[in-house]
Amino acid sequence: MSDTTTTAASQLPTGEPNISHDNRRYWEATAEGRIELPRCTACDLVIWYPRSICPDCQSMDLSWETMSGNGTVYSYTITRAGVGRKWREHLPLVVAYVQLDEGPIVLTNIVDTDPSIIEIGMAVTAVFHDTGHPISDEDGAPNSAILRFTSVS
Amino acid sequence: MTQRSRAFIAGAYEHPLRTIPDKTVPQIHAEVAIGALADAGLTMADVDAYYSAGDAPGFGALSMIDYLGLDVSHVDDTETGGSSYLVHVRHAAEAIAAGNIDVALITLAGNPRSGGAGPGGSARFSSAPEASFENFFGMGVIGGYAMAAQRHMHEFGTTGADLAEIKVAASTHAQHNPNALLQDVVTVEQVLESRMISDPLHLLDACVITDGGGALVVVSEAVANDLERHTIPVLGTGEAIKGTNAGRVDLTHTAAVVSGPAAFAEAGVTPADIDYASIYDSFTITVLVTLEDLGFCEKGKGGEFVRDGALQAPFGKLPFNTDGGGLCNNHPANRGGMTKVIEAVRQLRGEAHPAVQVPDCKLALAHGTGGSMATRVGSSTLILGREV
Ligand SMILES: [Zn+2]
Repeated sequence: MSDTTTTAASQLPTGEPNISHDNRRYWEATAEGRIELPRCTACDLVIWYPRSICPDCQSMDLSWETMSGNGTVYSYTITRAGVGRKWREHLPLVVAYVQLDEGPIVLTNIVDTDPSIIEIGMAVTAVFHDTGHPISDEDGAPNSAILRFTSVS
Repeated sequence: MTQRSRAFIAGAYEHPLRTIPDKTVPQIHAEVAIGALADAGLTMADVDAYYSAGDAPGFGALSMIDYLGLDVSHVDDTETGGSSYLVHVRHAAEAIAAGNIDVALITLAGNPRSGGAGPGGSARFSSAPEASFENFFGMGVIGGYAMAAQRHMHEFGTTGADLAEIKVAASTHAQHNPNALLQDVVTVEQVLESRMISDPLHLLDACVITDGGGALVVVSEAVANDLERHTIPVLGTGEAIKGTNAGRVDLTHTAAVVSGPAAFAEAGVTPADIDYASIYDSFTITVLVTLEDLGFCEKGKGGEFVRDGALQAPFGKLPFNTDGGGLCNNHPANRGGMTKVIEAVRQLRGEAHPAVQVPDCKLALAHGTGGSMATRVGSSTLILGREV
């Protein structure tokens, strides 16, 4: 499983997620350094992004499963300009679509990886960046985290 | 088989300015509405249907109908991003076919070049179910299209020079448009040497940011017959949405693979019959993928298709965006669909600039690509003809 700790240098900007009935399990899992996604009990589809309905068969009977955290790069771009202020000090920034081994292709960043070695098909593994925002109002609730990836090698 | 009542584009107007710091967005909506109605030979009092999209401020059509002083019996606020206005033409044609309306007014306006806010409002976008899964990665608009370009290059061997050909053709046309924001002809080398914004897309692969707007008037055959202006029959239309498909992301197709064939089938024509095409050009890659999706060439062969001036008017095999398109002329309110229809109307009326007018232009296609190719895209295709 992936390392949940990251150094300040590699931490990219985050934000406060909209935690809702659609996605609460996902964000709770990120606080533990895991990816949990809904799987449709009727048609077996693993669903990204997390939600309350299967978009293939419209069943609302979903179970939640932990993903391996491993995947490959489906596409990427090295962004050098044209982003909002909070991203500018982090340029060049690698934005990517990563295909999880379980199937879904997720929007993310590739971090702690020399941009010049990134290519489509490259193996990557999950890392989590603390959002600074607790997953609930309860005392001592852990913070949610943003899912990013780094090269395996 | 019953013959549907036909719809005609009777009025088309593009705001001449590209920077409008001293006017409000509703005011620009009003100016283009008046312009398109005057072009048709109609007035606000003739309008019985109004169409607007996310660029209309406040409550959208509800606010604009009140602002303009319209009295309508039909309203449509369909929002598919920059393709909305082609969808509106389709919906107006359907309402005309149903016998419900006679004169539809469609308007677009915005002032992002002068720092105006984008449509929709941040609250609307941040409450989207996908928001927290897409908004925290610094993916700007160009970043999503850059990933589409990267994937296309990987799968099909498309090159940056192929994409640059599209910008070169647009710039060749824009030199003849005195209102175009960018009027200098550029070369493939200049595109490739322009600043890399988001690999593999350069600054010159991206559309312009402009203030402005445009409007269309779509009328029934009965109204068209009474007008002196050259009216343009709507022969075929299509609309389709493609999303992230539960995580089965596909960056090398848009929903044009559905909207295009629907429009061609309704019109009873094929891509080979098209004399002129207005293709949505938020970025060069948008054009390349759309040409493939619409069937002008096979999937993956777009790079080959656009080489050797194929898109250049008047004698290329498929003259496109003869106003200079979004890449050089105008992309008002960050939405390029309206101007795509307007230039197609100019071509069919024989009113494009003489240097880029396609000789004997009888059949034109206009296509819009809204939202983002990287996530959720709204595609709409129109096939337009020439009155005989
Ligand atoms: Zn299902």
